Amino acid sequence: MSTRVLGLGPALRKAAFLPNAARSQVMLRNVVAKRSIQIQSLTPSAGQEILNKQRVVRPSSPHFTIYQPQLTWVASIFNRVTGVALSVLLYGFSIAYLVAPGTFSSENVIQVVAGLPEGVKYAGKAVLAAPFAFHSLNGIRHLSWDSIKFLSLKGAYVSGYIVLGASAISTVALTLMK
Amino acid sequence: MQSLLTAGRSAHLALGKRAFTSSARRWQAVPQEKPVLMKEFKIYRWNPDQPEKKPELQSYKIDLNQTGPMVLDALIKIKNEIDPTLTFRRSCREGICGSCAMNIDGQNTLACLCRIDREGSKNTKIYPLPHMYIVKDLVPDMTLFYKQYKSIQPWLQNDNPPEKGEHLQSPEDRRKLDGMYECILCACCSTSCPSYWWNQDQYLGPATLMQAYRWIADSRDTQGAERKERLQNEMSLYRCHTIFNCTRTCPKGLNPAAAIAKIKLELAVD
Repeated sequence: MSTRVLGLGPALRKAAFLPNAARSQVMLRNVVAKRSIQIQSLTPSAGQEILNKQRVVRPSSPHFTIYQPQLTWVASIFNRVTGVALSVLLYGFSIAYLVAPGTFSSENVIQVVAGLPEGVKYAGKAVLAAPFAFHSLNGIRHLSWDSIKFLSLKGAYVSGYIVLGASAISTVALTLMK
Repeated sequence: MQSLLTAGRSAHLALGKRAFTSSARRWQAVPQEKPVLMKEFKIYRWNPDQPEKKPELQSYKIDLNQTGPMVLDALIKIKNEIDPTLTFRRSCREGICGSCAMNIDGQNTLACLCRIDREGSKNTKIYPLPHMYIVKDLVPDMTLFYKQYKSIQPWLQNDNPPEKGEHLQSPEDRRKLDGMYECILCACCSTSCPSYWWNQDQYLGPATLMQAYRWIADSRDTQGAERKERLQNEMSLYRCHTIFNCTRTCPKGLNPAAAIAKIKLELAVD
């Protein structure tokens, strides 16, 4: 291996100008010190190959498991979840009606619900009302953003808390509705 | 002799004056040692030379009273004094280069602008920017992010340049660029966006989209229609669901969510 590869050039040159006795010692010390850092010169293609090998094994950094829960994205998740749940209910009921019109007719459903105990009725109403209220009100929030209103960070948070509050009130109102 | 005398007198006078303003005890007091305030930092580690070893959090304890006020100061102290293998990007240490963007206590921010929480009993967790490929420790691979930025052609395009001198712009038109040109491309916003986490291969992300709007909104640029045309597809722009994580996290206090909403409106009324 050449002195250039090991980075020994300056050390050997320095030692060459010293008296004999000091020469070997200085050289030895410098060689030992320089050994710890080895620089290898590579062609661009060889460097690229190392890079490509590394790229294959690179991990992806953690995301939603470590990100701080904030009103911004938590509300967005609930908007999505409630939207999906309401859609499943709508399409599920519609398809069920097509399959078995007798069982899922309005009359039959009203009769079944009327026969349930009070507690189950209220619980069921709350479970239906909460996602409906939140999704509808948050939808208004999204429409106002799309018409470039409340687009500041403060606007997003204030409107977010208003939607949460209004959803809670509407849920209670819808649940108590006879 | 004369000069010596005057020198002695002035020294005496100075001493007398000083004695008036501070007590002898305070004057002689030795500077007090600051109490030790240990704090634990848990830092994401992954080494490309040992790829089979899973990424893990490594714990470091340092004395906050011997550290600067910012998280970057803590990282530099750890690297200098405890573990030289800890790897992170940093350059300007004053929030203008965007190198030290990382996830600190669950929020993306610049380590140099983020004060250390001085509550010693609580640890601080430091991760790299979320959902990015990791080169080493806190260093994410930004290749795709820069490619996306390049794809919006972030330079002035004017097919009818003025014959003499520079492009002129009214102060009102110039003001439209405020809050957008200040972006330092640290990628805090893009990597805080859940849509960008799931679709970064096709969705451009808040940082790039705000820069796209920065050029659409520029009165000197005449290629606005082409720029908008390039965003007119399902993925590039419309994966934005106005979540607002970008605006919430921006360490420069900019508002990418508003810029994206404005692009959407302009595309809708086109």
